[in-house]
Amino acid sequence: MGSNHVNSTHPKVDIARRRKKNLEDMRYQVISFSLMIFLTIIAFVAVGLDEISNWFTVPIILLLALIQVIFQLYYFMHMNHKGHEYPAFFLYSGILVGAVTILAFVTIVWI
Amino acid sequence: MNLDEKFTEATWPSSPEQTTLEGKNKFLGFWFFLGGETVLFATLFATYLALKDDKVAAEIFALDLVFLATMLLLTSSLTSVYAMYHMKNYDFKRMQAWLLITVILGAAFLALEIYEFNHYVHEYGFTFTGSAYGSAFYTLVGFHGAHVAFGLMWIITLMVRNAKRGLNLYNAPKFYVASLYWHFIDVVWVFIFTVVYLMGMVG
Repeated sequence: MGSNHVNSTHPKVDIARRRKKNLEDMRYQVISFSLMIFLTIIAFVAVGLDEISNWFTVPIILLLALIQVIFQLYYFMHMNHKGHEYPAFFLYSGILVGAVTILAFVTIVWI
Repeated sequence: MNLDEKFTEATWPSSPEQTTLEGKNKFLGFWFFLGGETVLFATLFATYLALKDDKVAAEIFALDLVFLATMLLLTSSLTSVYAMYHMKNYDFKRMQAWLLITVILGAAFLALEIYEFNHYVHEYGFTFTGSAYGSAFYTLVGFHGAHVAFGLMWIITLMVRNAKRGLNLYNAPKFYVASLYWHFIDVVWVFIFTVVYLMGMVG
C-alpha cells in the first residue's frame, strides 16, 4: 500500500478467499448479535420479575449492559481488528473523563 | 490516486474504507469525535443521575414500549453490519438494500420515541420545564433521539447521493463512518435503556 502511483491498478485479490473470510467475520457478527439480544432479554426479565431484590437487579443489569456494549464495540465497530489502537485510545480517554464526571455527580451532587 | 476509478470485485481493496489517505484520516477523525461524544453523553447521564426522581420514573415508564424500541434499534445495528459486509464484497445493491432496512428500523424507533414523549406530556403532565428531573430526562433521551434523527438523514443522504455512482474509494469511507455512527447510537441506547428505564423501574 506504500505506492502512490497515479491511476494505480490495485493488486487483484483472491475473491473466493476474501468472500470466505468476510462470511466468517459475518458469522461472528450474527453470533454477537444473538448474544446481545439474549442479554437484553435477561435484563428486561430481571426487572419485570418482582421476586428479585432491587439490590441484586441493578448491578446485574449494569453488568449486562457493559458486556453488551463490549460486543457492540469490538465486533460491530470492529475494534477487535488490527489498526484500532488510536480508536481505542480515543474511546478510553472519553470513557475516563466520562466516568470521573459520573462519579462526581452521583457522589457530591444532592438535592 | 484516482478516486473515481471504477472497480471490479477482484480489484476492490480488502479495506476500502482505509485505502486512501482521506479514508484513513476520516476513520481516525471520526473515532476522535466518538471519544468526544462519549464525554458528551456521560455528562448528560451524570446530570440525569444527579437529578433523578425515583417516584416519577417508576410511575411513567412502561416495560413493553422500551423493549420494543430496544429491539428495533439493536436490529438496525445488525442490519448496518450487513450493509458493511456487502460493501466489503463490492456489492453496492445489497449494501443499499440493507441500509434502507436500517433506515426503516431507525425511523420506527424514532416514531416510537415521539409517541412516548407525547404520551408522557399528555397523560402524566411530565414536561421538559416541569421539574429538574423532566429537564434531565428529556435532555438525555432527546439528545439521543436527535442523534438518531441526524443519523437517518445522514444515511439517506449518502444513499441518494451515491445511488448512481456505485461504490468507489471516495464514498466507501463515508458509508463506513456513517455505519460507525449508527453503532455508536446503539451503544448509547444500551446505557439509556439500562440506566434510565430499567433502573427507573426498579427504583
